Amino acid sequence: MIPMPRHEQSGLLPNGAGKGAANWRGLSDFEKGGVRVVHARGGAVPQTSFVEFAGVQKSYGSVNVVRDLNLDIERGEFITLLGPSGSGKTTCLMMLAGFENLSAGDILLDGASIGSMPPQRRNIGMVFQSYALFPHMTIAENIAFPLQARRIAKSETAERVAKALAMIRLDGLGGRLPGQLSGGQQQRVALARALVFEPSLVLMDEPLGALDKQLREEMQYEIMHIQQRLGVTVVYVTHDQTEALTMSSRVAVFNRGKIEQLGPPKQIYEEPVNSFVARFIGENNRLNGTVRTIDGDDCTIDVGGDRSIRAAAINVSAAGERTTLSIRPERVVIGAAATSAENCFEATVDEVVFHGDHLRMSATLCGQPGFIVKIPNSAGVGMGSPGDRIKIGWAARDCRALDHG
Amino acid sequence: MSGSSTHKPRPDIWRTLASVVTVLVFLFLLVPIAAVLPLSFSSGSFLSYPMPGLSLRWYEELLTNYKWLLALKNSAVVGVGAAALSTVLGLSAAIAMNGLGPRARAIVNGFLIAPMVMPVIIMAVGLYLFLSDLGLAGTITGMILAHTVIGTPYVVISATAALQNFDMQLIRAAKSLGASPWMAYRRVMLPAIRPAIVAGSLFAFVASFDEVVIVLFLAGPGQVTLPVRLFEGIRDELTPVVIAAAAVMISISVGLMTVIEILRRKSVARRGMA
Repeated sequence: MIPMPRHEQSGLLPNGAGKGAANWRGLSDFEKGGVRVVHARGGAVPQTSFVEFAGVQKSYGSVNVVRDLNLDIERGEFITLLGPSGSGKTTCLMMLAGFENLSAGDILLDGASIGSMPPQRRNIGMVFQSYALFPHMTIAENIAFPLQARRIAKSETAERVAKALAMIRLDGLGGRLPGQLSGGQQQRVALARALVFEPSLVLMDEPLGALDKQLREEMQYEIMHIQQRLGVTVVYVTHDQTEALTMSSRVAVFNRGKIEQLGPPKQIYEEPVNSFVARFIGENNRLNGTVRTIDGDDCTIDVGGDRSIRAAAINVSAAGERTTLSIRPERVVIGAAATSAENCFEATVDEVVFHGDHLRMSATLCGQPGFIVKIPNSAGVGMGSPGDRIKIGWAARDCRALDHG
Repeated sequence: MSGSSTHKPRPDIWRTLASVVTVLVFLFLLVPIAAVLPLSFSSGSFLSYPMPGLSLRWYEELLTNYKWLLALKNSAVVGVGAAALSTVLGLSAAIAMNGLGPRARAIVNGFLIAPMVMPVIIMAVGLYLFLSDLGLAGTITGMILAHTVIGTPYVVISATAALQNFDMQLIRAAKSLGASPWMAYRRVMLPAIRPAIVAGSLFAFVASFDEVVIVLFLAGPGQVTLPVRLFEGIRDELTPVVIAAAAVMISISVGLMTVIEILRRKSVARRGMA
């Protein structure tokens, strides 16, 4: 049983009003095409989720890839499915896109079941890691493809292709073949192609995985800004936690076919609910110990050698339980500040590395090497040199007692 | 020439020897053909050197004699018909096989390309008996069907190879963009494998165009094809017109093979670019 934090409505996205309205034109075109789209009912009737995974399971033979997934996604959200490879996140995306069948459960889009609808009728845009641009068609032909599939008039198609090219800043390159563009440009074309038919939902399967680091960061912001401008709902799959934290309004952390934690990036990072999430998101120091006492929200943990640590009781229930403490390296203070912290220890400096914007120290604490401390590179801060004995401290609330893992 | 990357420097003598052997093999293969081809330009009526003079009379004979024209027409009709049918069947089979597991694919593939390794005479007997029962022996339709059997494996092999290099993710992308399965195949898959399909159907045409045994069994009096007519010509007349006919056949085959090779290179280049 993992406590699921309450979903917070993110204030990041503009709500449907204003310029957003024009962008839903495509949706009504789509309705005219005769495909059932049940709109969320407004006003008095309580609003249903835009996308709903209801008890979804997927197994290949005896292997359960996705186990009993329940996930509600709101309209306009940017939700990221984050997890190591094989955690079931991509399978979930493929089931939503319609490329994988469900073993059990159902998926609802705007209140209507799409569990058995073929992918081409779902009106869901998709961006693939491999770009999946059609190599024999020009950029403009690629972008026009979904419009042709919807039998949209030639003049309007041309107009919308031009607009899409402008959006991704590739005006004038419409006549090139995909092979003549760089990786980043190709991925932008794939993005434009998935958006040009104005789907209400766009899925992205590790779209930046094949790009180099700098381009990846640029594209993160570009995708984020386009998503905010269009107000489209995005479900994004990645194994890169930085990407997830940067772009998402909410992150679902997957592990072995289950969601371990669901919440806004800040919550996922600051308040991991178990040791898997703590380990997977960001860097953290882990100390193993045994619960001595639990008093309300706090607890005291024995870490051996008569030493104890005050920590926030997150995932511990009884005295005597084994637990893993998680402490973020940037929440650790040193020197004089450490002396007044709730937890204060002597440590031996093993290594100090200059990282430009911060200094990073590795120390031996309670006989265990590898305790990491990050200190911002502000004036007058020094961490000493290897071999120095220094004071290290942190607050009880920055030290989370989680399941032993 | 130090292009070789072997560690020991190769003595030039081996290189020279290899060149000599290559040339000898070429001569062995080509001399018999090259030796007789000039006779098609002979002004005399005998298949022997020295030629009394040069003339195009045997080509004229070829293009005016109704027997030869009929044979050419039959060959063209049967070849085109068989190539077209082979293309439809072979392409469909290749697409269907693409969705099978590796073991099922190996079995189905084995059946489909069996006609290539089966002795032609056995197939000819079988086809003769089978098509006779259907009342198709001695008809052009029967010949087209029979040649479809030998042509289909070429299309299957060619299309299967192209599909193995085809990124099935593109089909998913097309569907996610709203394309029906038919639109996805027609607009995305077919253009990508088109050179291979054309090459396969040209192979099927050439296979039919050169085929003798099955036609000998199946053809009725007015249904002789070019190679069979050639056979009859050698038996009955033995004038340089058979050499002229052979020259025409060789030209057509070589021309088509050249087109196939160009298409193959184009498809490789396209794959490299994508």
